[in-house]
Amino acid sequence: MNAPKKQLVLTNRVGIPDSHTLAVYQKTGGYSKALSKTFSQTPDGVIEEVKNSGLRGRGGAGFACGMKWSFVPKNTGKPTYLCVNADESEPGTFKDRLLLEKDPHQLIEGIIIACYAINCHTAYIYIRGEFDLSYKRIHKAIEEAYAQGILGKNVLGKNYALNVYIHRGAGAYICGEETALLESIEEGKGQPRIKPPFPAVVGLFGCPTIINNVETLSALPFILSEGATAYKKWGTEKSPGTKLFSVSGHIQKPGVYELPLGYSLKKLIEENCGGMTAGKKLKAVIPGGSSVPILTAKDVETMMLDYESAIAHGSMLGSGGVIVMNEDVDMVWALKNLTRFYAHESCGQCTPCREGTGWVDKILYRMLHEGGTNEDLNLLTDISHNMMGKTICVLADAMAMPVLSYIKKFPDDFRNHFRRTGSSPRAKVI
Amino acid sequence: MILEITSGEQEVLPGPRLFNMAKIKLKIDDREIEAEAGTTVLEAAKAVGIEIPHYCYHPGLSIDGNCRMCLVEIEKIPKPVISCHTRVAEGMVVKTQTENVKKMRNSVMEFLLINHPLDCPTCDQAGECRLQDYYMQYDRIASRFAEEKVHKNKMVDLGAGVMLDQERCIACSRCVRFCNEVSKTGELVLANRGDHVTITTFPGKKLSNPYAGNVVDICPVGALTSNEFRFKKRVWFLSKTESVCTGCSRGCAIEIHFEASKVYRLIPRFNPQVNSYWMCDEGRHGFHFVNENRILKPTKNGVEISASMAISYLAGEIKNLSPASLGIVAHATLSNEVLSILKELGTSLGTQVFFSRNEPHNPLSDHFLMTKDKNPNQMGINHMGFKPLSELTQGQSLIVINGLSKKDGELVTQKKAKVIALFSANESELSKNCSLVFPIPTFAEQNGHFTNGDGLVQAFKAAFKPRGESKEIGVYLHMLLAQLEDKKPRVAFGI
Ligand SMILES: Cc1cc2nc3c(=O)[nH]c(=O)nc-3n(C[C@H](O)[C@H](O)[C@H](O)COP(=O)(O)O)c2cc1C
Ligand code: SF4
Ligand code: SF4
Ligand code: SF4
Repeated sequence: MNAPKKQLVLTNRVGIPDSHTLAVYQKTGGYSKALSKTFSQTPDGVIEEVKNSGLRGRGGAGFACGMKWSFVPKNTGKPTYLCVNADESEPGTFKDRLLLEKDPHQLIEGIIIACYAINCHTAYIYIRGEFDLSYKRIHKAIEEAYAQGILGKNVLGKNYALNVYIHRGAGAYICGEETALLESIEEGKGQPRIKPPFPAVVGLFGCPTIINNVETLSALPFILSEGATAYKKWGTEKSPGTKLFSVSGHIQKPGVYELPLGYSLKKLIEENCGGMTAGKKLKAVIPGGSSVPILTAKDVETMMLDYESAIAHGSMLGSGGVIVMNEDVDMVWALKNLTRFYAHESCGQCTPCREGTGWVDKILYRMLHEGGTNEDLNLLTDISHNMMGKTICVLADAMAMPVLSYIKKFPDDFRNHFRRTGSSPRAKVI
Repeated sequence: MILEITSGEQEVLPGPRLFNMAKIKLKIDDREIEAEAGTTVLEAAKAVGIEIPHYCYHPGLSIDGNCRMCLVEIEKIPKPVISCHTRVAEGMVVKTQTENVKKMRNSVMEFLLINHPLDCPTCDQAGECRLQDYYMQYDRIASRFAEEKVHKNKMVDLGAGVMLDQERCIACSRCVRFCNEVSKTGELVLANRGDHVTITTFPGKKLSNPYAGNVVDICPVGALTSNEFRFKKRVWFLSKTESVCTGCSRGCAIEIHFEASKVYRLIPRFNPQVNSYWMCDEGRHGFHFVNENRILKPTKNGVEISASMAISYLAGEIKNLSPASLGIVAHATLSNEVLSILKELGTSLGTQVFFSRNEPHNPLSDHFLMTKDKNPNQMGINHMGFKPLSELTQGQSLIVINGLSKKDGELVTQKKAKVIALFSANESELSKNCSLVFPIPTFAEQNGHFTNGDGLVQAFKAAFKPRGESKEIGVYLHMLLAQLEDKKPRVAFGI
């Protein structure tokens, strides 16, 4: 991995041998300053600090973290739950895996802080089924934490109980959607729930529940120990802090990079990642995981890695999964690759998503193998519009948005797959 | 089959409400309306006659919001919302007819049909299929789908007489929710994902609950069909009559579906006080006695004779008997009207009226609909004050209406009593051995009322004319009294 040279927020221990162990974590400042600051304040004080830091959810939607916590109703007489979203399955995204493998205690400390803030005594870590080492590491870390009295009846000797359980997924992308995740923990089929009610009010087992991404929670120890102001030193005014970007594709140095938000995408590709492989030219970049609209090489020139710049470029920051494609990539083929994924992963509840994902995938297959027509492009566009914003969760949008953007930004690639009709001179002679 | 009201004549029956909720004012399609707090937009619209199309919503089940057919636009909400799930709010402005809403409906129809087999010509649901109905009402657009459809199993015997065609299923989850929430047996699930989702049971398990037939009714398409009804009749040939199930003392409100004096199926009719939207399978399948095994002509010692001849014989026998040695045996399956005629007859002849009843032939009763008492009108009998057959005196002569239970039959033999005449719709041991037999209509062929176990009086209506030469009891008794008195009868029976 590419260990960053200067002190950052999330990846400071990456590169240190045995960074995943409690011993190393404590030696490098873990479980001390952040927690003593946490427990010396009221829960509302912690929420306030996190609000001030401007930390936004890193699971994809970018929702303000402190704000989300403040939606938890008080005195309901019911327990409150925290669910840690470690289902990381978005194609092109592999940042939570790094945090789980290299610094699981940082996550546990983040969990303690979040639980204290929302008055929660039970947390579930929902971890992607295919994650093996991550599972082993977080499992071991939890054991270590219990053994040291960091988790359990009295967290660090305080009058505060916290139990953390791990729930392993069974290989469904949709279980990363927060309400499908809840269904899955409750032993149901992973299908998103209709909202409202939102999980903050009615979530796991009908109780108030906060769902946060691994990376979101992993930023909390820094924010609490160093303060919101220190965190805001990085990033832009509207997108403060740092974020992990998992970069893959035709670049020299793929990997996970922690960067201050607002960093230049071009610089990330050319400098941090060492530029394109085999001297090829850049063609397209997916900036935030497979679900976000694609960027052209021209877009990349001006695109900054923050929420606002991504939107201004017609895309989104999403999960920070950056997929870089060179000039040889046929965008129809690339899109077909994604639509296959979404057709396979649609939970199948909502009519537009269940039927639309498969239909789009079949049209693209036909375009690739038998050739398509301009009608097909219109049809793909119309189907995508008919899917967007009309379903229970946004998986339908997550496929529709790429389809629309690929067609809009790379129309020539699609035209290359148009059927040639009876224009060959030989055909005329015969 | 579609049970719910889609349009037209049916009245809107309000469900039971615990509290008198506050009224909320809102606008739907420029109409100012009022609705109770907590009502959904779809229900509020329906209450004022604005129909919002839907597949997965069913008033008797929880809300799942999966079909997306009921999407509407609401001012100040950026995205379209599903009206089945959205609660009314003060000042809300709902639009169900905008171009955008129409386009969304068309697109949902298109999505639903791309993988649908469109095998209407061989589908039992045709004629009462929501895909067909809504296609005609809202869509009518040619398909743009040029790919290969997803293929699934077209004949899965789910159990309980329910057949599944997975290709026709639109994954609305109504049947799943029924098994989870109403029968509470949870046999059905939607397995797999994407356009491969399909209804199934758990491996090695079958659909098996005493209410399973309801899933056929609530399936909005031809995915679930009834083995009993399949391929027997095109639904557009069927006529419908409101009736009451005779299976037990619950008295579920039902519809009789029939053609030309033949019953093809019974389905539940909404009655919030009795059965809501449901009925049990035993009641559902309990109509064959209307079609089969019928006595169609009066007989004397097995020889067919005319009704007036038969009545003369009966009058002759009665004249030779003292009122005390004669008895009438009513039955707990007879209507209140017939029972009161029999009571009057008893009074005018000065004879006792007893009753017999269906003994519980299986122990099925539960906390939902089925009761132990397998008679639709035991309450009626109780109200009339008829005596149990155990009070029979030695050697009495009996006129039996509808039949005797096994136990009562044994009692009659024990007491050396004699059945001199039987009025019955169906053949039985008794009808074979009784010298005088009169055919009467079943509940499907007459009007009347039953009083159910909770004391609720419900009307049932004649679906068709009495079959063969069968006549209502009142007609026979009218003839009988005329003969007995050799003049016009004193009492005019309500015929
Ligand atoms: C189809 C789908 C898949 C998702 N997968 C993930 C995932 O794997 N990990 C994740 O953290 N969030 C995922 N999300 C986002 C979650 O629903 C949720 O917004 C997030 O976990 C909230 O955490 P945050 O506020 O800390 O970002 C997914 C959303 C959708 C619609
Ligand atoms: S949008 Fe797709 S994945 Fe999401 S709930 Fe609906 S069918 Fe399932
Ligand atoms: S379910 Fe409806 S549309 Fe489908 S085949 Fe049957 S009748 Fe036709
Ligand atoms: S079988 Fe019928 S009721 Fe069940 S999910 Fe399919 S369409 Fe709906």
